[in-house]
Amino acid sequence: MSETRELSYAEAIHEAQILEMGRDASVILIGEDIHGLTLGPYAEFGPERLWSAPISESGFTGMAVGAALTGLRPIVDLLISSLLYVAMDPLVNQAGKLRAMTGGQAKVPAVFRCGLWHGSSYAAQHSDRPYPLFMNSPGLKVAIPATPADAKGLLQTAVRDDDPVMIFEDRNLAHERGPVCEGDAPVPFGQARVHREGSDVTLVAIASAVREALAAADDLAREGISVEVIDPRTLVPLDRETLLGSVRRTGRLVVADPAHRTCGAAAEIAALAAEEAFDALRAPVARVTTPDVPIPFSPALESKLYPSQQGIADAVRRVARY
Amino acid sequence: MPTPRPELLIEMQRRMWRVRAFDERAVELRHAREIHGPVHPSIGQEAACVGACMALREDDTLTGNHRSHGHPIAKGSELGPLMAELLGKATGVCGGMGGSMHLADFSVGSLGETGIVGAGIPIAVGAGLSARVRGTDQICIAFFGDGASNHGTFHESLNLAAIWKLPVLFFCENNGYAATTSLARATSVEDVAERAAGYRMPGVVVDGQDAVAVYEVTAEAAARARAGEGPSLLEAKTYRYLEHAEGEGIPGFYRDAAEIERWRQRDPLEIHRQLLLDRNLLDAAGADRIEREARAEVDAALAFARESAEPEPRAAFDVVFANSGGSGT
Repeated sequence: MSETRELSYAEAIHEAQILEMGRDASVILIGEDIHGLTLGPYAEFGPERLWSAPISESGFTGMAVGAALTGLRPIVDLLISSLLYVAMDPLVNQAGKLRAMTGGQAKVPAVFRCGLWHGSSYAAQHSDRPYPLFMNSPGLKVAIPATPADAKGLLQTAVRDDDPVMIFEDRNLAHERGPVCEGDAPVPFGQARVHREGSDVTLVAIASAVREALAAADDLAREGISVEVIDPRTLVPLDRETLLGSVRRTGRLVVADPAHRTCGAAAEIAALAAEEAFDALRAPVARVTTPDVPIPFSPALESKLYPSQQGIADAVRRVARY
Repeated sequence: MPTPRPELLIEMQRRMWRVRAFDERAVELRHAREIHGPVHPSIGQEAACVGACMALREDDTLTGNHRSHGHPIAKGSELGPLMAELLGKATGVCGGMGGSMHLADFSVGSLGETGIVGAGIPIAVGAGLSARVRGTDQICIAFFGDGASNHGTFHESLNLAAIWKLPVLFFCENNGYAATTSLARATSVEDVAERAAGYRMPGVVVDGQDAVAVYEVTAEAAARARAGEGPSLLEAKTYRYLEHAEGEGIPGFYRDAAEIERWRQRDPLEIHRQLLLDRNLLDAAGADRIEREARAEVDAALAFARESAEPEPRAAFDVVFANSGGSGT
């Protein structure tokens, strides 16, 4: 067992990048305004490994696909997830489909790092959590770390994976600290993390909703409700076995997800439970999500929208008492 | 200027005939509904794709577009797996997952074609960047039409390749029309190559019906790119004789028969045949034999395709991911 120490979520991401770039000379970084990194710990990699790009998201995302097709493992820093819409064709039509369309000749080992900036008054065009769109785009893998250890481990796995991976980094967690293993600590895709075991209600949480869910579970334990908190960590592939196994034991499911409600990750997980564990359910499935409105600017408006400790706890109580 | 050797001049004619015979047969099969989905023939444009591809090295790469049967053929692909792909067979070069608009043959450096106009251009820039980072002197050529030169990806790609001096050739096969929309109606410049100036790279207009001329400008730009001197924008003025997509019922209102006939008078295969005869590289019988052999190769390719099995239903699920997980649910 390697040593652990406390790192922030943001520090863990950099540690993963630096480790992977040191391990494999085919790993490069592409993104806007990353030239400053050459002054820091990335300096050793030299200018051919860091491509600080002009504001051409469609262009350099497409470039990453071409680089990945021909032997590199690019990490693309897409900074703000709302910018993904500018690069939808290279992501959805190219990265996600080229392996299939070429009959398996192509592999596209590219990583797209996408920041989630909700909750900071960035308003409607900078606050999106668009990962459900990419769950619905076959050929892309989708990872969302909620702890520093997972931020490092999922990124390491993403770089080593031979498929395109979109990794959504919740900037609300950037300064959260937690234990992170020294050295290599890849987290396998398709394995949920059971943060807390419980017997009354299964509470599946995604991104910063994990933090809220764990706080809610503490409150609920004091009320005598035992909550099992699970973070899927990757939405594609999805660890169906762990989610369904928990639902079969508790008979109750709440899903907390900061994405919009309609056709979201929470909807998919709820449907999975309804299809595969209907006989075990003892209450309707509850979703705690963000309503289908463009995210407002005013903190007075925005702060009410996302899954909160209180909102999640209320949903669990309703389901537990059903 | 690098001039092609005699055997290369003969091989050019062979490959142009392969492209034409392949596309003529593909059009017939489309009208007979033996090919499903759209077929975009390059008939009339053979000198552009063959002249350019033959100026490249075997390990150079290319990206194509929807009108792209000719690019892998020009780069040296076997015809059987290409024809089998058009017929959706298991032996197709993409296992029946791509079809006419999406041929890819990694064995000859064809990284794939895309039906999304302009989308292949940044992919080529990325392949150029990859060659540079990996320390090879490969180059990548992006083939696209005049229509794509109005797409944002074209402009972003030229800028990206220029600022980083990447080994990329931007090759515009300007056939005068984006589907039914003429260049004049849609484009701010008369020559697409003028746009190179905005990105401080060479912009070269070449007669796209003259395979040798195309070869020469491409070889020169390739040498420049390989030497680390950066990208070029090449524009071959060419023409497609047939419809944008055959068998789709696209009305021909947008151009007149006289215009098509004028271009047919400058047929690239005729022009190159005359060059071979003039230089005594072939006699008339030898030139005819090239055509016959190409048609026989296409017949053999079609026989192979027809005899091939349909893909297994599972095949669509097996190629989603390279590392397992998440497919087939």
